[in-house]
Amino acid sequence: MTFILRRLLHGAWVLLAVSALVFAALYVVGNPVELLVDPQADPADTARTIAALGLDQPLWRQYLTFLGNAARGNLGTSFIHGVPALSLILERLPATLELALSALFLALLLGIPLGLWAGLRPTSLAGRLIGAASTLGFALPAFWVGLMLILVFAVQLQWLPPGGRGETREVLGLSLSVFTLDGWRHLLLPALNLALYKAALVVRLVRAGSREALAQDYVRFARAKGLTESRVVTGHVLPNTLIPVVTVLGMELGALIAFAVVTETVFGWPGMGKLLMDAINALDRPVVVAYLLFAAALFVVLNLLVELLYGWLDPRVREGRQ
Amino acid sequence: MSESRPDSTPDSTPISTSAGGGVAARCMGRFSSSFLARFAANPAGKLALLLLALTLLTAFAGPFLAPQDPYDPAALDILDARLPPGSAAAAGGTYLLGSDEQGRDLLSAMVYGLRLSLVVAGAGTGLACLLGAALGLTAGYFGGRWERLVLALADLQLSFPALLIALALLALSGPGLFKVALALAASQWAYFARSARAAALVESGKDYMAAARLQGLSHARLLWRHLLPNCLPPLLVILPLQLAAAISLEATLSFLGLGAPATEPSLGRLIANGFAYLLSGQYWISLYPGLLLTLAVTAITLAADRLAAVLDPRRQED
Repeated sequence: MTFILRRLLHGAWVLLAVSALVFAALYVVGNPVELLVDPQADPADTARTIAALGLDQPLWRQYLTFLGNAARGNLGTSFIHGVPALSLILERLPATLELALSALFLALLLGIPLGLWAGLRPTSLAGRLIGAASTLGFALPAFWVGLMLILVFAVQLQWLPPGGRGETREVLGLSLSVFTLDGWRHLLLPALNLALYKAALVVRLVRAGSREALAQDYVRFARAKGLTESRVVTGHVLPNTLIPVVTVLGMELGALIAFAVVTETVFGWPGMGKLLMDAINALDRPVVVAYLLFAAALFVVLNLLVELLYGWLDPRVREGRQ
Repeated sequence: MSESRPDSTPDSTPISTSAGGGVAARCMGRFSSSFLARFAANPAGKLALLLLALTLLTAFAGPFLAPQDPYDPAALDILDARLPPGSAAAAGGTYLLGSDEQGRDLLSAMVYGLRLSLVVAGAGTGLACLLGAALGLTAGYFGGRWERLVLALADLQLSFPALLIALALLALSGPGLFKVALALAASQWAYFARSARAAALVESGKDYMAAARLQGLSHARLLWRHLLPNCLPPLLVILPLQLAAAISLEATLSFLGLGAPATEPSLGRLIANGFAYLLSGQYWISLYPGLLLTLAVTAITLAADRLAAVLDPRRQED
């Protein structure tokens, strides 16, 4: 319990620090009136907004007001859309989560078998090729790979659409693409693009893990018992390689959401990353600020969940804490 | 069996007795011929060296050999825009890799763009290394509140992906190459600070540091002359890795329109310029700069892996 409490406190401190940094960037470096009040508003409106945002108050009061507003979910109103910035982001969140989770799933689907193959047969031609491909997977610039996927599959072969989200279906109040064929056709390329880097990471982890497991006594013992090779692999090698994969991927989910900014821009996927880029280009500051604070909160929650999951998965960590 | 002496040189410690001192000694002779020989001792090392040489030559000798100065508007002919590879230029010569939407020779633009990408990423990573090393070393050396503050700030940086930090800074401050370099430094310094602090903690406990302290040397001299040289190896291992990451990140930021301006495109900006014409099948404007970018990142990544292997005496040479 004290562990959970400590992590919660840590998360709170990170959020506080981020809010202070964003506040500093907004209020100290720039002129917040210019950033938060629509320059096209008439003077009476401007004066009212300044008073409403408390911009005529001393700095520490302003920070407290800023914090209080943020805590109540009031992160300003979009200049462009004229609606609260946070609701815009929440509206786009399902699309981004769908993309990120599909990418995570694809990364595992590609990465685990390939990594296992390379780990079990490190000297074979396929094993070497997989190793080299994973190195290349790290080096290839992801946004460029996205363009090349569009070039090959949408422009040359014309198998898949070059962008957009396609037909969506309402499931539990969320509109999702994975339940329609058209949605799948639109989701495949961006998810593959986003998955590429993580797939290379999974290959690395599984390859290293399975090589290490093969040298352990429990594998030698399983073989000595006369188990078939496939039983040895699925029953003994694979489970032991998956622990690092789970923890690393938990942490990488946050990175996937951040990197979705790029993938969504390339494929015109209407998630919150594309919303951010559109807001940056249109100088829609409240949306930018709201995205940053929201992303920070999301990351803190994700990090917390991973820490808890890790403690639950690995008994050594669990014991060590008590 | 003494620990490494503070001013050890490669010759003074022929047989290393401690990992730290041995690595430091190896590091100091880092550009000696024996280092290069060890680096290129296996096929991976030779390949890394070859690709690295190719990348650096393209970036720093290429601009002098390029057929056109792509930053000079007078040299550009808008009528030559978006010609496919191998087309003849109006002013004579051929566009070997085609031309872009402003009538720039793509090959020339790529060579200049690679130099720009390397310089910006190098400046950002260098700054991150300096800042991180200074904060990390002093944190490990002085300890106490300062150490806790540095670690807390590093933790804060590491809880967010580098892309998000750089994006946040540029979104709030506006685009520009100088700002990109600062954003790269701000999103990378913690890696250097962490390993510098870890190395400083280990080295501070060693006998040579105790001896130097007993001599009554000033903190500045202890840090600079004794602690820093022995903490360099872990920093040198992550420097090229971070450089490769920074090149990718700079390209991504420029692709998103937050980095290099359209008049002086880096590789990421060139690729972004081609994006608009991709759907009409004019592939070359995005294709070739991306290939060059991949070459640069691969070369530096392979070299970084090899450097880590050469600097780490525990890793077996294969």
